[in-house]
Amino acid sequence: MLSCKEATEICSAEMERPLKLREQLSMRTHLMICRGCTNYHKQMKTLRQVMRTYAEGKAHTGKSGADGDG
Amino acid sequence: MSTNPWDPARAPLRPTLHDSMQGISAEALLSLRADMLRFAKLQLRNTETAEDLVQESIEVALRKSSSFAGQSTLKTWVFAILRNRIIDHLRQASRTVTMSSLVDDDDDWQQNLEALFNERGHWRDGPRPTAWPDPEQAMQTRQFWVVFETCLDHLPPATGRVFMMREFLGFESDEICNQLGITTSNCHVILHRARLKLRTCMDNGWGRPEGASC
Repeated sequence: MLSCKEATEICSAEMERPLKLREQLSMRTHLMICRGCTNYHKQMKTLRQVMRTYAEGKAHTGKSGADGDG
Repeated sequence: MSTNPWDPARAPLRPTLHDSMQGISAEALLSLRADMLRFAKLQLRNTETAEDLVQESIEVALRKSSSFAGQSTLKTWVFAILRNRIIDHLRQASRTVTMSSLVDDDDDWQQNLEALFNERGHWRDGPRPTAWPDPEQAMQTRQFWVVFETCLDHLPPATGRVFMMREFLGFESDEICNQLGITTSNCHVILHRARLKLRTCMDNGWGRPEGASC
C-alpha cells in the first residue's frame, strides 16, 4: 500500500516518464481512497498548465488591471 | 553578435526609429522589458547577464520584426526569442561553470517538506491538499500571478534553476541531467521537491482563501 509521500513522488515522476504498470496500478488504487492525493494529483496538472501559460508570456503580470492587456 | 546599435550606454530605444516597422513598434517591445527581465533574472539569478540577454533579445526582435507574422501575440513571440537566448546561454555556461554548485541547496527546506507528512508517510491534517478554486478563472487575475511569481522566487536557487529549466524553458529532464551532470534520479528528486514546495506555497498564498503568506 502506497503512502501519500510515495504517491506524491509518483505524481512527479509521471510528469517526467511513462509510469511502470505496477506504479500505475498502485497509484490508481491509492487515489481511489485518498482525497488529499487526488487533490494533489490534480494540482500538479494545474501547476504545469499555469507554468506553460507563464512561459508563453500570456500571464497577466503587467501593470494593467485584472482584465489584462487583451 | 558584437555589433550593438544601441551602444554605448544602453540608451532607451527610440520609438520613432521603428514606428514604421510592420506590426512592431519599439515602444511595444520596451513595454515588455520589465516582464522579460523578471523571467531572465529568475532563471539566471544574475542581474547583469539577465539584462544582457534581454537587451539582445529586444535587438533580435527588432531586426527580425518582418518575420513576426502576427499569429502569436507580440509578447509570446518576443518571449520565445528570450527563451532561446537563455537556453543558449545555459548550454554555454554548462561547459565553463562547475555545475555542481548550481544543483545543491542546503537541507533545511527539505526537512520542511518532510514535515508535510507524518511518520507513516501520510499527509498531516494541516498540509493535506484540499481542492483549489477554479484555476482558469484565477489565471485571469493579476493577484494570482503575483502569488505565483513570489512562489517561484521562493524556490531555493539551485532547485529553482532546475525547475525553471524543465517547466519554463521546456528542457526534457534527460537533457537537464546531461547539462548539469547529475543523475536522472537526482534530477527527478529535485523536480519533485520543487513541485511539492511550489504547490504548498501556492496553496498558502492563493488556494486557501484564509491563507496569507508563502
